[in-house]
Amino acid sequence: MTRLPAEVDVAIIGGGPAGLSAAAELKRLGVASVLVLERDSEAGGVPRLCGHSPFGFREFHRPMFGPAFARALVARAREAGADIRPATTVTSLGPGPRLTVTSDEGVAEIAARAVLVATGAREASRAERLIGGSKPGGVMVTGALQGLVYGAGARPFRRPLILGTELVSFSAILTCRHASIRPVAMVEPSERIVARAPSGLLPQVLGIPLYLATDIAEIRGGERVEAVVLATATGDVTIETDGVVVTGRFRPESTLARLGGLEIDTHTGGPSVDTCGRSSEPGFYAAGNILRPVETAGRCWEEGRAVARAIARDLAAPAADRGATVTLAEGPLRYVMPQRLSSDGPPALNELQLRADRPARGRLSLRAEGREILGHKVSVRPERRIRIPLPAGNYPVQVVFEEEP
Amino acid sequence: MVQSQGTRQRYDVAVIGAGVIGCATARRYAIAGARVLLLEKAADILDGASKGNSAILHTGFDAPPGSVEAACVAEGYREYLDIREKLGLPLLRTGALVIAWTDEQEAALPELIDQARANGVDDVQMLSRQETLSREPGLAPTLRASFRVPGESIIDPWSAPLAYLGQALAHGAELRRNSEVLGGRFDGEEWELRLAGESVRARLVINAAGLFADEVDLALIGTRDFTTRPRKGQFVVYDKPAAALASHILLPVPTKITKGVVVCPTAFGNLLVGPTAEDQTDRRTARLVPEALAALRRRGEEILPALKEHTVTAIYAGLRPATEFKDYCIRSHEGLNYVTIGGIRSTGLTSALGTASYVFGLTEAAGFGFDAPDEIAWPNVANISEAGERDWQRPGNGGVVCQCELVTRREIEAALEGPLGARSLAGLKRRTRVTMGRCQGFHCSARLAKMTRDVFDTPMAERLDHD
Repeated sequence: MTRLPAEVDVAIIGGGPAGLSAAAELKRLGVASVLVLERDSEAGGVPRLCGHSPFGFREFHRPMFGPAFARALVARAREAGADIRPATTVTSLGPGPRLTVTSDEGVAEIAARAVLVATGAREASRAERLIGGSKPGGVMVTGALQGLVYGAGARPFRRPLILGTELVSFSAILTCRHASIRPVAMVEPSERIVARAPSGLLPQVLGIPLYLATDIAEIRGGERVEAVVLATATGDVTIETDGVVVTGRFRPESTLARLGGLEIDTHTGGPSVDTCGRSSEPGFYAAGNILRPVETAGRCWEEGRAVARAIARDLAAPAADRGATVTLAEGPLRYVMPQRLSSDGPPALNELQLRADRPARGRLSLRAEGREILGHKVSVRPERRIRIPLPAGNYPVQVVFEEEP
Repeated sequence: MVQSQGTRQRYDVAVIGAGVIGCATARRYAIAGARVLLLEKAADILDGASKGNSAILHTGFDAPPGSVEAACVAEGYREYLDIREKLGLPLLRTGALVIAWTDEQEAALPELIDQARANGVDDVQMLSRQETLSREPGLAPTLRASFRVPGESIIDPWSAPLAYLGQALAHGAELRRNSEVLGGRFDGEEWELRLAGESVRARLVINAAGLFADEVDLALIGTRDFTTRPRKGQFVVYDKPAAALASHILLPVPTKITKGVVVCPTAFGNLLVGPTAEDQTDRRTARLVPEALAALRRRGEEILPALKEHTVTAIYAGLRPATEFKDYCIRSHEGLNYVTIGGIRSTGLTSALGTASYVFGLTEAAGFGFDAPDEIAWPNVANISEAGERDWQRPGNGGVVCQCELVTRREIEAALEGPLGARSLAGLKRRTRVTMGRCQGFHCSARLAKMTRDVFDTPMAERLDHD
């Protein structure tokens, strides 16, 4: 492999759907040098380890398995002329923009005219969720399970318990089935399955006992998991199991951005951006699941492409002032993204994306100087898309959710 | 000396327990010329009390003056500073602030300063509220006053004992893992220790069995001077951006029972909050309790309000081998060629080298001497802390495997090799920090499973193609 270039037009951190679609689009728009830095040994991102359908409708107009989809994204970016470097980790960001990277060759510095941070999201770990008990082997997130099964041809347990009922939780079940692993139970802290049907029917179809309104009270075991104590509405239940898959509760992989000085929105957990994907720091952009937890690969792909167009425009003619702020009033809503509007050029992120913390009904409205610009009655649930069209002008707006009792 | 299994083997000294105290003790005798055997019942070293501590190198400013603990801590601190560069061990000279949050605590500060001076720590410095806040702007402004202990430092709690043991091995010491001492007999000159399937002989036995020191005493000498009363400490580790919130070790005013909840940077660039102090009878399992962890988070946020916006990377719990006595329980059983090192509570990491010298002094006085080698070897331990250059910064590292902690393929391969090589994921974590970052194995589990397939006693996963 040739040495890393010292200077490029655009450096993209992360070779997943958002980063790869941005790379292809930037090359299509005539940007001379586009470098994709991927820390894993192969580019492609999370779909690479999703050995199941459906991917690819939006991008390739046909249903595909995750790995084939990932390979197609890489091929498309490479054919467009992007320089894709796997096994290369970005260790810090600095003004300029500049990047410090490491690979087998040691450390290198790269100067870029623009940097797109597309580092994606990951699931919350057992530690982050403060799950109690001992610390045996065999407790892992879905991503690690998929890596072991599809990446290493390995089976870490035979009868695990699955915590969570998000879309990814059902991906965990499919991964288990691929490796002849039989989950003993699926556990959901809230009162309803989080994911939409038909995924929600999977436990029933496969005969996996489902515990709603139940949380893990304690993990037991020495070297390996031996049992899990569940706190249910009617008391503690002990289930013998040899593993725990801690699924979902995604959060943006934003530590690099945060350490690099990009302003982080504590509600999304990702960098604050305007409707063109510009972060708080000049020359740094963000797209894909680093912006918010969590969207499908297809939407990330689309977002990467749209932000790429904004970057290409800015390279030709630098952006004007910072846009007005978009804020969120207290209530059942967890976040709103983007966090700023923009006055120049068509927006890359063409709607306000919201998520709720808990189920609620009420009036969702957008206000400027206390006056309602638009609003309607809605019913919201966690992990479901909520969208509001962008306001027409560039003035501060607030998203308000007035809950019905 | 090559001998087949089941035959007797002779050593000068057998040390029971490869925690930080056992490793330091093995080192002390080995560099003095003794032929040392270190016996560990677990699959790897540092598997008991030594696996969960706060990684602080204490000056001993708050130790009870005149105690064995105070002497061992002071000597351990001094020797660590003396040898650390020769072994490649890091030191983060952060200093500590002992912070008073109430009138009562503020009133207790002068006495603590006197105690520090009585312990020979005379560079402590009283700070007003304003002075404290100007040094640590992230602290909650409700604090009253503090005093600063410049010598309190942060070290790497894994590499230090590994380096001690590495030096012992360079001087001919042997380590046996999965080797529990099942019994033993002293014939007036020599001990015969019974292990599973074999026995070994040694002139001198040193019991450094930590949480099980009293049980080992009962099994070998038929009596015990103390009873282990395990005291659990739970900890919460924050992700690296939180490390910018504090530059000192932030200590509360201690009580008689505990040093209290500490907030401090780690050698790996994180921020640590803990420990709790919970008495229990179970010596094996330190159970994490969500409510206690949430309370630690809240306590951390009371001290550093901006911590609210930071995420937790890891949670862990350790057991301190406390006893019914406040001081260490170190006793040389003369006529039995036997020393017990018990009751090494929170300060073991700091005191290890000092404790080893203290014990060496006891046996020397009892007539144990060895032929000192002409030269002392100083094998370097690989640096995994933020204080020095890391392998990812050098060419030929094989690429990064653990992305959160930037652990390279070459570092992992090195940690799996040799007589001190890791034989479990827990052991590999302690040598390299793999999977200890924010993603807790999301990215590197698959590659680790492949790399360690034929190395670990219990593999991380079975092969799918074995069906």
